[in-house]
Amino acid sequence: MNAKKKKLIISLSTYAVVIICFVILTVMINNKSISRTLKGMLIPICSWIVMAVSLNLVVGISGELSLGHAGFMSIGAFSGIIVSGWLLNGFQMADTTLRLVIALIAGGIAAGIAGTLIGIPVLRLRGDYLAIVTLAFGEIIKNVMNCVYVSVEGTGLNWGFLDANIPGKLLLNGPMGAVGVEKISTFTAGFLLVMFALFVVQNLINSRSGRAIMAARDNRIAAEAMGINITKYKMMAFVTGAVLAGMAGALYGLSMATLLPTKFSFNESINVLVFVVLGGIGNIPGSVISAAALTILPEKLRFLQNYRMLAYAVLLILVMLLSNNPLLKAMWRKLFSRKNGESGEEMRA
Amino acid sequence: MAFLSNLVNGISLGSIYAIIALGYTMVYGIAKMLNFAHGDVIMVGAFIIFCGAQYWGLPPAVCILLAMLVCTVLGMTIEKLAYKPLRKAAGLAVLITAIGMSYLLQNTALLIWGANPKVFPGLFKLDTFRLFNGQLSIKPETLITILANIVIMVALTLFISRTKMGKAMRCVSEDRGAAELMGINVNRTISVTFAIGSALAAIAGWLLCSSYPQLMPTTGSMPGIKAFTAAVFGGIGSIPGAMLGGVLLGLIEIFGKAYISTELGDAIVFAVLIIVLLVRPTGLLGKPIREKV
Repeated sequence: MNAKKKKLIISLSTYAVVIICFVILTVMINNKSISRTLKGMLIPICSWIVMAVSLNLVVGISGELSLGHAGFMSIGAFSGIIVSGWLLNGFQMADTTLRLVIALIAGGIAAGIAGTLIGIPVLRLRGDYLAIVTLAFGEIIKNVMNCVYVSVEGTGLNWGFLDANIPGKLLLNGPMGAVGVEKISTFTAGFLLVMFALFVVQNLINSRSGRAIMAARDNRIAAEAMGINITKYKMMAFVTGAVLAGMAGALYGLSMATLLPTKFSFNESINVLVFVVLGGIGNIPGSVISAAALTILPEKLRFLQNYRMLAYAVLLILVMLLSNNPLLKAMWRKLFSRKNGESGEEMRA
Repeated sequence: MAFLSNLVNGISLGSIYAIIALGYTMVYGIAKMLNFAHGDVIMVGAFIIFCGAQYWGLPPAVCILLAMLVCTVLGMTIEKLAYKPLRKAAGLAVLITAIGMSYLLQNTALLIWGANPKVFPGLFKLDTFRLFNGQLSIKPETLITILANIVIMVALTLFISRTKMGKAMRCVSEDRGAAELMGINVNRTISVTFAIGSALAAIAGWLLCSSYPQLMPTTGSMPGIKAFTAAVFGGIGSIPGAMLGGVLLGLIEIFGKAYISTELGDAIVFAVLIIVLLVRPTGLLGKPIREKV
């Protein structure tokens, strides 16, 4: 089996697993055999999966540690909410599906613009300095979102910065965030967005550009010597990640009745990073599974009551310690190479 | 007078950031890892002092020493249990473990002390200083913070430059492999670094909560992030850099809040950080990264 075929099988099986999960869950919803908590979590799970996949593109494929991914989600969420509210109140658009699609696109575009503006200075830096600047941008976005007021009046939008006295119906109310949002996100839309994100990211990875992005990650100087425009390809990965995060944000924002700007804090960026690292850095199917599992896990740990987050923290540390234990790693490799008769080198990929 | 009072407050807040940033920068310089749990060690230290003063009725100096002792043991235990096994692992694995540690400390504190904010007691009852016929009033906590910062700065500089352990620390941060070959006990050096950083965190916890007397399990996280920013601002791995970065960050925060906008205080701090890093990509006092082909 050659490498190309293997990659194709992995990406096709990812789509297949996602589709099968969707079908099973839809049947369960129609049978009403699904618990209320799980049903309520389906749309957030979809948005966290898209977040994890998009961050994996930046951290795993492009190799740049970003600690401010929740900032793009925030921009996407609030632009999605504004556009949806504007279309509803200004233009009396009752069709929720069309409104959701437009809101998702608007969220993606807004986050993409922010990603471009942030990417230009950020990608000049390296390593931990790059990480801290993305963290700083995430905090700035959160802080600025706390001061923005938007209202709709007739068919126009009114903007206010640090100034709540604007006429019309408020869509965004500064530190109170968005209130009374009409929940138009559906599980089907979430599923389609996950498929879209997987399609974009997996095709990008397996394309000429994707190989250039990975070459720039593995050895910047060698890639540059081969004529690869590092800045261009790093920007491509970063902005694609931002656009997908914005769409995930719009999906998430339109599934909540109220949304505070402080929701998208540093902790959320870190949570998504945890999904990516536990799913495997650069491993897209892994991100999907770990995002879904780790969103459900804290809920499933509810029986532990107050010890819930404590247990989550201990699990996190144990998983990191065990997965990096050289003894276990060697055993794992032995087991696998015996099964497939392949070298251990390939198993790491 | 408002300017002078802001200046003093800024230096005081900056001193707290500087002491926290020292913990980040020393650990980064020697173990090459971002210890995200550092902010939560501050919170633990503050809680120990709170319990000592409020429940156990200990004298103030004993409270602080006890907190330093507990934090030192805590810091060394965390290093032994969680970070040491990962010394050869990828950087991200260590980062995630540190984040897990941070969650662990926060949630343990939540179980022990609850989520309600506690009012931190003033340990030393001193009068407010009044200068210029009472136009400029300086809280005693502010002065204590600045003095503590100066003492720590001098002591740490002497320790790093004059003692054998300090020399070993400089060696390990320069080249761990070569240091090991020269007979330096790398594990012990890293342990001592964590011990010093954590003891400083306890002092920082006391100073922080004396100036902003509200204590809850999440108290340490935002100052932790800001101090980390300060460490990067000054050039991570550099001890004078952490001092400079911390004080500058405190000044920027207080002046930004006073003269530009209260709501945008944090945004201003981070915006200045970004601008500085764009001009000097390795911070104010950081060594430039050399690239080998």
